Amino acid sequence: MAVSKRSFIIEHLRKAQMIELLAQGRRLDGRALLDYRPIDIKCNVIQKANGSAQVSLGNTQVIAGVKIEVGAPFPDTPDKGVLVVNAEILPLASPYAEPGPPDEDAIELSRVVDRGVRESGMIDLSKLVLIPGQKVRAVFVDVSVLNVDGNLIDATSYAVVSALLTTKMPEVEVTASGEIREKDGMIPLPASKIPVSVTFARIGEAMVVDPNSEEEAVMDARITLTTVDEGHLCAGQKGLAGGLTYEQIMFAAETAKIKGQEIREIIKRAVSSVG
Amino acid sequence: MGKLINDGIRVDGRRVDELRPFRLEVGVLKNADGSAYIELGKNKIIVAVYGPKEMHPKHLALPDRCVLRCRYHMSPFSTDVRKPPAPTRREIEISKVIREALEPAILVEEYPRTAIDIFLEVLQSDGGSRCAAITAASLALADAGISMYDLVVACAVGKVDGTMVLDLSDIEDKEGEADMPVAVMPNLNIITLLQLDGILTHEEFKQGIDLALSGCRKLYEAQRKALMERYFKGGLNQQEEAE
Repeated sequence: MAVSKRSFIIEHLRKAQMIELLAQGRRLDGRALLDYRPIDIKCNVIQKANGSAQVSLGNTQVIAGVKIEVGAPFPDTPDKGVLVVNAEILPLASPYAEPGPPDEDAIELSRVVDRGVRESGMIDLSKLVLIPGQKVRAVFVDVSVLNVDGNLIDATSYAVVSALLTTKMPEVEVTASGEIREKDGMIPLPASKIPVSVTFARIGEAMVVDPNSEEEAVMDARITLTTVDEGHLCAGQKGLAGGLTYEQIMFAAETAKIKGQEIREIIKRAVSSVG
Repeated sequence: MGKLINDGIRVDGRRVDELRPFRLEVGVLKNADGSAYIELGKNKIIVAVYGPKEMHPKHLALPDRCVLRCRYHMSPFSTDVRKPPAPTRREIEISKVIREALEPAILVEEYPRTAIDIFLEVLQSDGGSRCAAITAASLALADAGISMYDLVVACAVGKVDGTMVLDLSDIEDKEGEADMPVAVMPNLNIITLLQLDGILTHEEFKQGIDLALSGCRKLYEAQRKALMERYFKGGLNQQEEAE
């Protein structure tokens, strides 16, 4: 990744050390293979946004804000509202991050998180239509990565989901002349399911969840699987220049379901604490 | 929208476990070090490999291995609505996942300080273009004489009308419930690409991967045949006779 340093000699040495430790079921930071770092979610941190959440996953820190506007639907989905998820790795987030247009890592991050939210059916976009084919609500979720320490996909995903679940938007009415007028009341987004992504790193033969930067620097392959409430899978993405065996993928699918349920409860608690 | 599967037959007349008609050809471009062409359904994709060659800019070279660079690009005329020629975010992501699907097959340590460029041009698009592009690209790499552990072959599966089906067409991709591209190194049984869009139960997920691997197996036979055609004009036996 552009945001983590890959030094050849240290990478090779540290990898050997890490693999030795992983064979004993341990990791350099003391976690077990299937332990997440502490997950902290704070909602409603930005008052000017319709919804927001700041998530820390160990030292990885991201902030997501939702802005809702009225816009035109996409031509191929005239009967649906618009949902756009975009993530940026800010230059202040890592000594290796640079300003400029998003690179392929940032684009992949945005698209994998977007896919998880979209394909889960979390937001009922058909309920965001104001005038079919002409005016719909557009939900923009922008995520800024503030500190990089691995597993940006999960941190970003939890921030986006938490922000959407706490989003309030003004009630609107369509006047006889086709104008959209805001009313006083605020309503939540039509959100039901809670998609949860779980990211694995394969280092040697070991599969670990929630890799930190150090582990990301030496991992061979990465796979992210997103599940919805009933445990079904709704999105997935394999990454990096290594492969995975059939067994490793099935293991990831089962583990994503179990871990996803644990993390779903953490998101629910964070969301309900702000009402 | 009408049903996409009637009595086990799909809108284009295929069974649920059937691939679209396909054609593979190796060595189609004179200038490239390696090249290949694939048709799969309405997909028409041409792939060129240049390299291993000196890396420019030099500071991007790696001391212990080669750098693989991939550009998946759709021609403006390849789609129903004209696609502006500048790379979209979708194309940038697909370029990345294709590179990561091919790289596990390449002996990158054999070519230190060099670059291998892979250009994948979608001349006409249909469902599953990234998979077809991967299948052709691994042939182009082989044609360029690059050392590989195995070929890479890819195939998508998806859920249509509640049924898992092989090799989604455009309409099944758009109207279906889920789409899952899979790439594999068939002799090593290592999966090098896996993406999923849409809801699948764990049972469907497993069934989908099994189905995708069976499709890959068929395409792999065609890959072998295409290489034979190019280098042995149809078979090893004829080559021996000629000698």
